[in-house]
Amino acid sequence: MTLAAATNEHLASISNTLIYSSMAVYTLAFFAYIAEWLFGSRSKVGRTAAALTATAQAKAKGPAITVKKDGGTAVLERPQVVVRSTSGARDLPDGPGAHGGDEQGDMYGRIAISLTVLAFLVELGGVIARAASVERAPWGNMYEFNITFSTVAVGVYLGLLALKKNVRWLGLFLITTVLLDLGLAVTVLYTASDQLVPALHSYWLYIHVSTAIFCGAVFYVGAVATILYLFKDAYENKLATGGKPGAFANSVLDRLPAAASLDKFAYRVNAAVFPLWTFTIIAGAIWAGDAWGRYWGWDPKETWSFITWVAYACYLHARATAGWKGRKAAYLAMIAFGCWLFNYYGVNIFVTGKHSYAGV
Amino acid sequence: MSKTTTSDETATAPEEGDLGAAGSQLSTAPTETLANAPGLGVVGWARWFWRQLTSMRVALLLLLLVALGAIPGSLIPQTGQDATKVADFAKAHPTIAPVYEKLGLFHVYSSVWFSAVYILLFVSLIGCIVPRTWQFMGQLRTRPPGAPKRLTRLPAYTTWRTDAEPEQVREAALALLKKRRFRAHLAGDAVSAEKGYLREVGNLAFHIALIVMLVAFAWGQLFKAEGNKLLVEGSSGFSNTLIAYDDFKSGNLFGVDDLNPFSFTLDKFEGTYERTGPNRGTARTFQAAVTYSVGAYGKDKRDVIKVNHPLEIDDSKIYLTAHGYAPVITVRDGKGNVVFDDAVPLLPLDSNVTSSGVIRVLDGYRNARGVTEQLGISAFFLPTYTTGSETASTFPALDNPVLNLAPYHGDLGVDSGIPQSVYQMNKTNMKEFKDSKGAQLRENLKPGETMTLPNGAGSVTYEGTRQWANFQITQQPGSGWALGGAVAAIFGLAASLFIQRRRVWVRAVRGADGVTVVEMAGLGRSESAKLPEELGDLAGVLYDQAPGTPEHPDTPEPEVVPAEGAEK
Ligand code: HEM
Repeated sequence: MTLAAATNEHLASISNTLIYSSMAVYTLAFFAYIAEWLFGSRSKVGRTAAALTATAQAKAKGPAITVKKDGGTAVLERPQVVVRSTSGARDLPDGPGAHGGDEQGDMYGRIAISLTVLAFLVELGGVIARAASVERAPWGNMYEFNITFSTVAVGVYLGLLALKKNVRWLGLFLITTVLLDLGLAVTVLYTASDQLVPALHSYWLYIHVSTAIFCGAVFYVGAVATILYLFKDAYENKLATGGKPGAFANSVLDRLPAAASLDKFAYRVNAAVFPLWTFTIIAGAIWAGDAWGRYWGWDPKETWSFITWVAYACYLHARATAGWKGRKAAYLAMIAFGCWLFNYYGVNIFVTGKHSYAGV
Repeated sequence: MSKTTTSDETATAPEEGDLGAAGSQLSTAPTETLANAPGLGVVGWARWFWRQLTSMRVALLLLLLVALGAIPGSLIPQTGQDATKVADFAKAHPTIAPVYEKLGLFHVYSSVWFSAVYILLFVSLIGCIVPRTWQFMGQLRTRPPGAPKRLTRLPAYTTWRTDAEPEQVREAALALLKKRRFRAHLAGDAVSAEKGYLREVGNLAFHIALIVMLVAFAWGQLFKAEGNKLLVEGSSGFSNTLIAYDDFKSGNLFGVDDLNPFSFTLDKFEGTYERTGPNRGTARTFQAAVTYSVGAYGKDKRDVIKVNHPLEIDDSKIYLTAHGYAPVITVRDGKGNVVFDDAVPLLPLDSNVTSSGVIRVLDGYRNARGVTEQLGISAFFLPTYTTGSETASTFPALDNPVLNLAPYHGDLGVDSGIPQSVYQMNKTNMKEFKDSKGAQLRENLKPGETMTLPNGAGSVTYEGTRQWANFQITQQPGSGWALGGAVAAIFGLAASLFIQRRRVWVRAVRGADGVTVVEMAGLGRSESAKLPEELGDLAGVLYDQAPGTPEHPDTPEPEVVPAEGAEK
């Protein structure tokens, strides 16, 4: 018994070391991202402005997908599919990304991503060691929740990169907040590893909490894209109406994808994870049914999950039926993510309910 | 709100505009029209109101209101969850509490205004689903619309010239699209095809599932029953009748006859706790072994109820909600007759199960002078007694149990009609026993030990300890429906969000120079990278059957026109 306890404490301290190490590596990655943005600023700016004044002829030449079929006679040219955007008035090209086409910037960007992968692995190790030390899934309190959450958020980002999605521009913003999240975790929220009360022993808990964390991570990625969209959209609007954005905006925002692309990305991310969020709430209700004798009781945590769900449903609804694309829908998405954040931090800290033993 | 939405009313869905019939009916979402002023008379107003209620803007507004309305209930204490907290709050805020009370803020989720919002939302939902379902049935019966005149205006477009005959190309296209499970048909010089109807099915299923869930939830609230029963190991059991409950509450429409007939006894309760480490004393497992039987003459069956693992009998569920210790006490009078012999459940006071309670001897006891009296014995119990910690147990398990007793005699006042807690004693008419020094008699007993009452008043023996468990017995009909609705909602939602409904047209005509020109175009409800990919894929297959002419290797440059349906 004591021997086991000793190994557990040993594992817990290994976990702490790994978490601190991952923070160090994330910090290095953070600086590498900064370098990417700095070097990127050397490149030519004003791409958006140029595109806005370009002729319609040039615009239509925009994105075209070349369809290649193997085994065809090489002499013949394949038909090309011409794509037209229907979602926005402007048909602007995406920015080149943080490196702005600068070679050195690109190199730093690649270093940053490599460091992010490394930090992710180290952090993942920390989470696993923590789980091993407590002999259960690592989400019994907010400290564990935070470290797991940031690991999954970075995992989602790296996963999208691996799928060759155009998300590299997200790096700096994501890693900055991951550092904040971890900083908060190790200082304010740190809890020595402990056991769960019997009510938390249930496989529904594993399903419910793991999907909740995953949904949070994806919603978070969506929220970052939404914020960037709001900035980029304001920037494009200013240019379109003949305004002159500041040098910083010119340099940074110009390198991001077009507002329409950001908007679409945010929408896809939120829409894709919404059914899973629905499932999360239902899994929670099933668990509550087994543990507390009622599947829904308007406990604060339940209530806020519901509010978050309704807020995201509003967002999807607004886009699907009311034709609210763009800024208005983006505000709804931000409100919805705000509800999610409040459910996570606010309810755990300020409100007491049955869920409060998952607390600080 | 209404100010900001006006600009959207003119914005049309992408499928409308110059495309005409080709772009119509790609969904069943109603189009927002400018709210006309109501016509005259009651009917006019009713129609206007109905149109407003089932409009998308109002649905959105109601949805937002439900979210907003749910907030106060999470921040203000609610009677349904914790009535004592509400009372505390009312005491602490004497001015604001009556206002809250009036507004129903202590029971938000059953308040008039919250109910009004969600009932309106669901009326709106039904008012929306019914016509949409009709419309969708209609769409299933009619064929996909014919090709628009100028395919170049569609979001995805491709073209090439081929030596194959136009009829041949059209036939090949028709076969190809059918094979890809498009609904396709030939109309004039072009093939029209459509796919992804499951999106609509999913969306309708989702909204219907929401209604099913709500009805199931409401049904459950009206017909639910919920009560508690405390059982001591090995003592007489519980049979599911109203009088057997320690407390009981039920929904408005629940009838006593609705209780499922069953009975059960607690055979053994087991709790294990962390013995070492920083979490010493934390519970690891709680479980109650029970024997139960269903119906009046059912066979005995055994099961184990755990914290997350209720026992289900018909639509009743039996949950383990609390546990504690029940010392077995024997009380004898001065003559040595046993006047009390039972296990007395004590109330746990802390996480180490320091407990307290009262042993009541209501009748049968005569004091040394032969006069009938009642006895009340204050009991204070430590499952693990450690010297130096006399007032609190140091571990929750029965490691070194000590029972501290302080006996009283007199009249317990239980007949006075004033309800009193079973864990507390009304001492108004009770007198303490004194020890030889004249102080109150109070003794620590270990299992098996006996305390003698002074002057031949009898004795109290602590025989041993049993455990008790509290069971919550609930009956909530409709949960199966709620679960079914929830599952349907998830699948419907996934279909609605992940399936694209799209149309493809293939036109093949003989050009002026006698060479066949093939044009293909695709239209989706929402813009997606998949649509051009799919079109390209289809074009690739068709191209193999109708290859481009070597004499005209350069495909004609598509004519440039503004994107169709672009928002102005
Ligand atoms: C009870 C609350 C409701 C919730 C949670 C809800 C949720 C949703 C969601 C998540 C979507 C999918 C959005 C998409 O396809 O991108 C949707 C679509 C839709 N909803 Fe609702 N909805 C609700 C009530 C209503 C009401 C009251 C109406 C009608 C007045 C309505 C009509 C529609 C329509 C027309 C669509 C779009 C169908 C399409 O895309 O073809 N919904 N809703």
